[in-house]
Amino acid sequence: MNVDLLMNALPAILFMVGLGALLAAVIAMAVRKLHVHEDPRIDDVEEMLPAANCGACGYPGCRAFAEAVVKGEAPPSKCTVNAPEENQEIADFLGVSLGEQEKIVARLACAGGTHVARMRARYAGLKTCAAAVMAGGGGKACAWGCLGLADCEVSCTFDAIYMNEFGLPVVIEDKCTACNDCVVACPLDLFSLHPVSHKLWVACKNLEEGEQALAECEVACNACGRCAVDAPEGLIEIKDNLAVVDYSKNERATPIPIQRCPTGAIVWWENGKAIKGAEAKKIVRKTPLPIEAE
Amino acid sequence: MVMTGVLTQLNPAHILRRSFSHGIHPPENKQYTENKPIERFAFPPELYLLLSQHAGKPSVPIVKPGQEVVRGEPIARADGFVSVPLHAPATGVIKRIDLVPTAKGPRKPAIILKVYPGETQQVLYGAPRDVDRMTPQEIIEAVQEAGLVGLGGAAFPTHVKLSPPPGDQVDTILINGCECEPYLTTDHRIMIEQADDLVRGTQILMRVMGAERAVIGTEDNKMEAARALRKALPDDGRITVKVVKTKYPQGAEKMLAKALVNREIPSGKYPSSVGLGVYNVATTAQIGELLPWRRGVIERVVTVTGPGVGKPGNYLVPIGTPIGFILERLGYHGSARYLITGGPMMGDTVSSLDVPITKGCGGFLVMRPEDLAVHQMEDAYPCISCGKCVEACPMHLNPCHLGKLAAKRRYLDMDAYHLFDCFECGCCAYVCPAGIPLVQYFRVSKVMNREMKAAAK
Repeated sequence: MNVDLLMNALPAILFMVGLGALLAAVIAMAVRKLHVHEDPRIDDVEEMLPAANCGACGYPGCRAFAEAVVKGEAPPSKCTVNAPEENQEIADFLGVSLGEQEKIVARLACAGGTHVARMRARYAGLKTCAAAVMAGGGGKACAWGCLGLADCEVSCTFDAIYMNEFGLPVVIEDKCTACNDCVVACPLDLFSLHPVSHKLWVACKNLEEGEQALAECEVACNACGRCAVDAPEGLIEIKDNLAVVDYSKNERATPIPIQRCPTGAIVWWENGKAIKGAEAKKIVRKTPLPIEAE
Repeated sequence: MVMTGVLTQLNPAHILRRSFSHGIHPPENKQYTENKPIERFAFPPELYLLLSQHAGKPSVPIVKPGQEVVRGEPIARADGFVSVPLHAPATGVIKRIDLVPTAKGPRKPAIILKVYPGETQQVLYGAPRDVDRMTPQEIIEAVQEAGLVGLGGAAFPTHVKLSPPPGDQVDTILINGCECEPYLTTDHRIMIEQADDLVRGTQILMRVMGAERAVIGTEDNKMEAARALRKALPDDGRITVKVVKTKYPQGAEKMLAKALVNREIPSGKYPSSVGLGVYNVATTAQIGELLPWRRGVIERVVTVTGPGVGKPGNYLVPIGTPIGFILERLGYHGSARYLITGGPMMGDTVSSLDVPITKGCGGFLVMRPEDLAVHQMEDAYPCISCGKCVEACPMHLNPCHLGKLAAKRRYLDMDAYHLFDCFECGCCAYVCPAGIPLVQYFRVSKVMNREMKAAAK
């Protein structure tokens, strides 16, 4: 009985073993033939990278960056998520130079929190900035100002943005890796990436004329032009009722131009804090302004 | 009023009337203004003439600050084919070109015209001409020159719609007089009071497009308009008036084609692909009124209505009048107000009183907080897939699933569920018992989807 069973199953067993051996041979050949030589250092460098895949380096993910570093196309310092020591390790491992890389952070071109910016109407729709922009602009009197619905905070992979008590996003410079996510997320294009050496900063985007701008927000740039006059020539220019800093002349920047700003729209960044000029209007109010339509 | 509404619903004629499948029937609320004749509105001290009040490229100003213009004079030219010129709605002086708030939110450049006090309503620009002797091409050019856009709301340049893609032959013109949006009575009044202009415009359209016949479609809550139109029709029988069921969104191009001539416009195609040309009654009436006089669009009929407004009515408002001025003249009730330009279903809630009336704005609603459902429901509840939105969607989409994808920010996956076939009529959000702002989700999704695709390229 058992022998019968074995005899019946034998062709099937033999066939399967034969087929297995044949396919194994094909695979063994394929491995040899189709083998791609890859620099083993790529894996090692990838190990040393943070695996955040944030794209701040300009490459589509950490693996692609690792390949570029090993090939010598990019310096290790381009990774903004790693600490400088960690990037130094990569440089030492590969025997290349670390490369110049200044810390880059995201900066918000608005200072109009709920305590200083007028609200025309109450927005009651979906709680995202992208939706508010499409529904009448979200109710803020200033059409350029931050809506405070935290699309940037949600987009930030590194928890580097939090919303403060006035509904404005604050960037924690130590955590910010300049990955560009908040720049993309903001429907009003208020965020942009800047090296920390860009210390002179216009925290406003309002294109309205003086009085009109101030009627909308107490800290708006009213295009009075004092900063442009006080700055070295060509550094600050008034364009479309807004002060614009020409960062190609950044080495001549000093905190002097901010001093006479009447609203504090132009600030000087120092150690992660924005410093206002001496003549800037002091804001003592801590409570939100009432909504006008109500 | 409610009683008559119910009676219309039970009327056998109504039940037998043609329509499209799905859709909703919100309270019509047309009683405020439907019997009020069109009245001229006064000139405001300043007009804000937006350079981009139509779909397509913004107009280019041809005037300088300080220049004097007369009522009807062109003040901006078209920039390319998909663009239209702009005309001065009043005699006055150009103050400056500046940014003004728009209904959608962002500030856009506009020509600010200071109106001379005591100016007459007489149009001082233009010259009579014989439209019957013009070639179709000349008429298309004349339509662009008149600054005509779809006055039903989309504000798409009319002359572009008169130039269908090569190969498409239009045999039937549909004139859209459904005005399915609640509250609005603009088209209703135009059909009654400007029936002759409307017929004239329809004849011009038929000649340009080489169409054999035209059907003017209206809903069965506007029987007075249907009677007035039938009286004005010429004897040759090429133009007919058809009454369809009152249902929202009957006035949408695709729904109208289905209800009037039982043709289905394929997804992503123009009506001309099935031999149709669809035009709004207000646009058609303007063609009939303006072309023989070589004039441009300088004013339009706006229904100012809603429970919050002092004197509701249908007003002939100069383009560029700020809504704050209208509100001031007509009075309002209560302190907190909701201002909507367009209809309540598809209009835009505005957040500034400086928003001007544009060519595409057929209505202006003033609502009190107690009139709006938004205030009765503080927050949206989770979707339980009840399917009410699926039953309501006139495009036969699945809004419930689309909404869930949008909430998860999976914008690219929404293509598979035909996101771009949604024309934002708002039926789904209207019926949603959980109060989910579905249309707002889809509006955001469309923008994000396009952005993501552009970024991927």
